[in-house]
Amino acid sequence: MYKIGIDVGGTNTDAVILDEHHQVIAKVKAPTSSDVESGIYEALERILQEADIPASRISSVMLGTTHATNAIIERNRLAKIACVRICLPAGTSVEPMFTWDQSLRDAAGDTYYYIHGGCESNGRPLAQTTLDRAECEQVLYDIEAKGIESIAVTSIFSPVLSGFEKQFAEWAYEILGANFPVTLSSEIGSLGLLERENSAALNAALVQVASAVSNGLEMALKRYGIEAQIFFAQNDGTLMTLEYAKKYPILTIGSGPTNSIRGAAELSGLKECIICDIGGTTTDIGILVNGFPRESSVAVSIGGVRTNFRMPDIISIGIGGGSIVRQTENGITVGPDSVGYHIVRESIAFGGDTLTATDCLLASGKAKIDHPDCDRTRLAQIPEQVWQQAIDSINNKIQIAVDQIKTSAHDMPVVLVGGGAILIPGEMDGASEVIRPEHSGCANALGAAIAQVSGDIDKMFSMAGRHRQDVLEEAKQEAIQKAIIAGADPDTVELIDLEELPMAYVTSEFVRIKAKAAGQMKKMMNTL
Amino acid sequence: MRWIDEEDIEDLAIGAALLGTGGGGDPYLGKLMVQKCIRDNGPIQMIDVTEVPDAAWVIPTAMMGAPTIMMEKIPNGDEALKSMRMLEKQTGISAYATMPIECGGLNSTVPFVVASKAGIPLVDGDGMGRAFPELQMETFHIYGISGTPMVLHNERGDRVLLETLDNYMLEHISRGIAVRMGGAAHVAEYMMTGADVKRTAIHGTMTLCMALGQSIRHAQKTKRNPIEAIQEVTRNSIYGEAIVVFRGKVTDIERQSTDGFVRGKALVAGLGEYEEKELKVDFQNENLFATVDGQAIAMVPDLITFLDQETGMPITTESIKYGFRVICLAIPTPDIMRTPEALEVWGPRYFGYDTDYEPVEIIQQRRGTQHV
Repeated sequence: MYKIGIDVGGTNTDAVILDEHHQVIAKVKAPTSSDVESGIYEALERILQEADIPASRISSVMLGTTHATNAIIERNRLAKIACVRICLPAGTSVEPMFTWDQSLRDAAGDTYYYIHGGCESNGRPLAQTTLDRAECEQVLYDIEAKGIESIAVTSIFSPVLSGFEKQFAEWAYEILGANFPVTLSSEIGSLGLLERENSAALNAALVQVASAVSNGLEMALKRYGIEAQIFFAQNDGTLMTLEYAKKYPILTIGSGPTNSIRGAAELSGLKECIICDIGGTTTDIGILVNGFPRESSVAVSIGGVRTNFRMPDIISIGIGGGSIVRQTENGITVGPDSVGYHIVRESIAFGGDTLTATDCLLASGKAKIDHPDCDRTRLAQIPEQVWQQAIDSINNKIQIAVDQIKTSAHDMPVVLVGGGAILIPGEMDGASEVIRPEHSGCANALGAAIAQVSGDIDKMFSMAGRHRQDVLEEAKQEAIQKAIIAGADPDTVELIDLEELPMAYVTSEFVRIKAKAAGQMKKMMNTL
Repeated sequence: MRWIDEEDIEDLAIGAALLGTGGGGDPYLGKLMVQKCIRDNGPIQMIDVTEVPDAAWVIPTAMMGAPTIMMEKIPNGDEALKSMRMLEKQTGISAYATMPIECGGLNSTVPFVVASKAGIPLVDGDGMGRAFPELQMETFHIYGISGTPMVLHNERGDRVLLETLDNYMLEHISRGIAVRMGGAAHVAEYMMTGADVKRTAIHGTMTLCMALGQSIRHAQKTKRNPIEAIQEVTRNSIYGEAIVVFRGKVTDIERQSTDGFVRGKALVAGLGEYEEKELKVDFQNENLFATVDGQAIAMVPDLITFLDQETGMPITTESIKYGFRVICLAIPTPDIMRTPEALEVWGPRYFGYDTDYEPVEIIQQRRGTQHV
């Protein structure tokens, strides 16, 4: 049986087909279309031709896509939402969407409600143990009357106790229909109500975009007679089912860099390493710990909105193959602006008149490019001290960023991928070795294809009268159960991360625990 | 007198993070609460300490407990005001103005909400001159003001009026109540007359916070060196001029949580002129004590803050990580925070160091002469 991995990036849509041993048997690159879907069709069509395998032999298709990010940034195809905050008698000082840009509020609507419920950090109810049915009905009928298309529900301390959000969702399905999109904040974000509510609200606004892409993909597969299971790649490097992705599209938003990182690692055969993806304009640097990208610990801003769901910890710097090199009074500068994909026209080696990072490497003789338009002799006019200083500056900036992503001082392997990888021809400080894998051009699609299924939790636990080990075990089991529910094979699920976070100024016995488990995708009966 | 608008609060939050010396809680939510108040009620009136009539009463307001709890259990915004109102009702005295008890972190913002909702001025000053973890760590306490009567309020409307025999017991009992209120409570305390405010408060700290924030933001926009901007602002304040005590790369962070405090240390390997040297900063929520190669270079109550080398933005003890390129900045505290009575409450010995307080600028001078 075979798997297809598809990664929709800003410029290209990549696809790979893998066999059971994760060997790449076909790969293609197609331009990303403005509607996303048609670029996917094209990539799919071409890769099926290239691989020449029967459609019935394809068991699963994994998609990584940036369509959700683009929809938010472009304020495009967003659903009209209502934010329901379950917080009374607390929680009204700053209303939902308060920090949003007016254009985003206009695109997503600006409707919100406060209702009674929520709990303290230990699960003790703020005022009442259940929601008030009459109060909720009133809100739901108002939502119906206003023509709202999607709801985001956020309850105080829902990462500790999600019951209030779930109760509200049930009543919403009863009154507005079983398929009405309801986003539960506890499924997405962690502690920090405003950020979690923002994450839930953005997700609610994306449900139509998500169903357009997933329906499109389902139809495309049907057209080629593929009866495979469809999965979406998530920010954390694991998969979710199509049904879940339709409900929680926001969790795909950082999947691009994550897929690159995991694909690059797979190509190099490493589980603990630093990945340096050097593109035309920027270099993205990430770190793989125990086979998964480390998560960012700071609030991530998307389309100007502060959120707190899990995203890979990526350092981006403005250095790439097309970075513009300038002579200034303070010496040679490299980037952050770039000629981007115009490099084959504008850089000096290609007959243009802009000095780029790639030109400097070519001038040094440390790198070569096989391209009919590339002529190294055009670079003879560049003084050695100019290209040398530029190369030193590039090395220095990338090495500092590589060092910043580490958690400790010891050397680690560094995997270089991306079109701009020629910028680093030799060894690197802080790297135990520098690896330049083959097939690195399709690392992102490969990363989507090899992803596992995971479950994770981030909540407060009471230590009162309990042993620390028992509490940790409880957290671990919860994460494992979540992974199994998400579709992981119980025999392969293992704990990959367990973190206890101290909380300042809390003189009580509460501790915040993050845990994550992952395993191989469970084999489906219908893919025989 | 000055009217405070939304931009001023943006600046205040950055300055407060700097004066929070790594702790004090993220002022983000507080900033939004104040900005909403300004949108609803217009600019907030801020007056100089000297503008408070001697016989008028000032009631300081704050939140106590865990800022992380407040970020999740968002307040309604009127809790601290209700605390103040209850104190007024109990004592029969009405507040002429409110005031912060702390200028570092989240608590620099809370009294602005109260001032806006009550329609009274906010006094430009506080009782810590930075962030500290306990309620008796106040110039108000040090110079003889009683913290009680004090009122604690939660979001539900539960409230507690406290009378204690001294301010240490006030800290002890109120901390327990704050925990039972869910981990965070909104308080009014240390009520005092204008004459006492003039005598015991650290003057002008809100203006200083805003000036610091403004200069950092301006330096970022104009690509100026933010450290120079900070030095310029502190040079013209009641604090001493900020001193760069170290520059380097974070090589190790150790943290552990005990009885409500995050204790630990940061190790920084020197870069540039500090090459081959190692800085160690101990923290207990806030940064407390800095040594270079075992020699003390700055200590509490002087302010020790890490800044991002590129942006000049303050870094908290919760977010600092291996690999950060940092500048360690020390700001000499005003004289009112360095008297023998004050050092007994918040000097290095109170935090368990077996050493007498030595001002950062004196240490720096001595190290300078050694080098020469």
